[in-house]
Amino acid sequence: MLEVRDVTAGYGRTMVLEKVTLAVPPGGAVAVMGHNGAGKTTLLRVAVGLLPVRSGRVFLDGDDVTGLRPSARVRRGLGYVPQGQQAFPQMTTLENLRLITTTRERIDDVLDTFPALRGLLSRRAGLLSGGQRQQLAIARTLLTQPRMLILDEPTEGIQPNVVAEIEGVISALTERGDLSVLLVEQHVGFALRATSSYCVLESGRITSRGDGGPAAIDAVRAAMAV
Amino acid sequence: MDSFTTPLLAGTATGALLLIAALGLALTFGQMGVINMAHGEFLMAGAYTAFLTQQVVTNADVSILVALPAAFVVAGLLGLLLEVTVIAWMYRRPLDTLLVTVGVGLFLQQLAKDVFGAQGDPVRTPSWLEGNLPVFGYHWPYRQMFTIVLAVVALAALAALLKYSSFGRQIRATVQNRDLAETVGVRTRAVDRITFFVGSGLAGIGGVAVSLISGTNPRLGTAYIISAFLVVVAGGLGQLKGTVIAAFAVGIATSFFADWTSASMAQVATFALVVVFLQLRPQGLFTVRSRGLA
Repeated sequence: MLEVRDVTAGYGRTMVLEKVTLAVPPGGAVAVMGHNGAGKTTLLRVAVGLLPVRSGRVFLDGDDVTGLRPSARVRRGLGYVPQGQQAFPQMTTLENLRLITTTRERIDDVLDTFPALRGLLSRRAGLLSGGQRQQLAIARTLLTQPRMLILDEPTEGIQPNVVAEIEGVISALTERGDLSVLLVEQHVGFALRATSSYCVLESGRITSRGDGGPAAIDAVRAAMAV
Repeated sequence: MDSFTTPLLAGTATGALLLIAALGLALTFGQMGVINMAHGEFLMAGAYTAFLTQQVVTNADVSILVALPAAFVVAGLLGLLLEVTVIAWMYRRPLDTLLVTVGVGLFLQQLAKDVFGAQGDPVRTPSWLEGNLPVFGYHWPYRQMFTIVLAVVALAALAALLKYSSFGRQIRATVQNRDLAETVGVRTRAVDRITFFVGSGLAGIGGVAVSLISGTNPRLGTAYIISAFLVVVAGGLGQLKGTVIAAFAVGIATSFFADWTSASMAQVATFALVVVFLQLRPQGLFTVRSRGLA
């Protein structure tokens, strides 16, 4: 579904990713883990098209999308929930959703997934809590009807009661079968529960790979302790 | 009563003109952050479109109605051309944009001089705008009142576009978070171009209104551009209601100062007043509040 092949990328003179290769099969879910500064977010930004590659290619459904802008990749089925509970702050919750579609049924469907947003539709997104904004960010991305969903630390900085809800939604999405997921997550236990395989990124290189599931937790912790 | 109503009503009309000029800037500068010093020349292009339309549609009663959409399209296309050929390469480089667009503005002025001559051309007033309405001793020209109607219609159309249309939501999304807008499928480059078209087109409509009051002139835009920028900054970036209040405040203040002193001293006094206001409130009249940094 998504393949990042031999990608080198960075900012200015600083190279953050060095020849990284990663593939997410159709319907599969892959977790990317690593310490802060390892290059996880940079990898996702390359996959989405927000950061150009220095070398290497990005494929979506077998098509080379390396030169395509993010909006063109979204139309090809890529969905992206960025780090930091991002919303359009001066637009209301409903306007954030109506940016993607004005079809009432589709909006109702995502609100069924995040019922807490129903009472906040007329509130400006900039005035929502971090957890509410993250729910809005996931709901908005789901409205783009992605077949490949990329999530960057979706539970980071969110109050625990909302974390459980978001984890539940993401786990359900990864089990749907018609949706591929690439998940960057600091919370190793949740990441391994929600995905079928993992890789560990350290200093811009993939240092470890394996099957997901709770049994992999020790292997991942060992890889990240190096 | 004359000494109060005359500058108040004349100033309201000036404010309306400023508002039309500033609405376009509120989009391109307030929303997109582009300092386009050639915006005044789009006003001038609108005025010459009104003049040229009268050469083709000789009935002045009709030609002004043809000139309004024509000026919107002509000035809009000029803005679009400027965006595609120059400004697109200079986003996030405000000083470069400022300098280059000053050059583009001078080029357009010279072009107008070469084509139409240095002297201005009159634009005939339609019969339905001739005459005036007596208000407390001031004979308020219908032409000035028409400017106010035009400003209100332009404001309402722009506000409705931004608030209720799908394209308006895309403009606001692009302004608030360009990368995020791209990643939810908004074609931000197309949005940039259309925003510039609409913002410049509004200046063209302002130019038609100006042409009814003072005719055409290659340097017509320079009289409005600085004031229009002041209006957008004083109103608060990204806020249409601030732009509206600031436009009428600057227009009316200038009119009162002109009544008490002279036209040139009025400009100086108004600018000084705005500078003092911005010292006290650098963010302008209205600011955007947000709970998080998102």
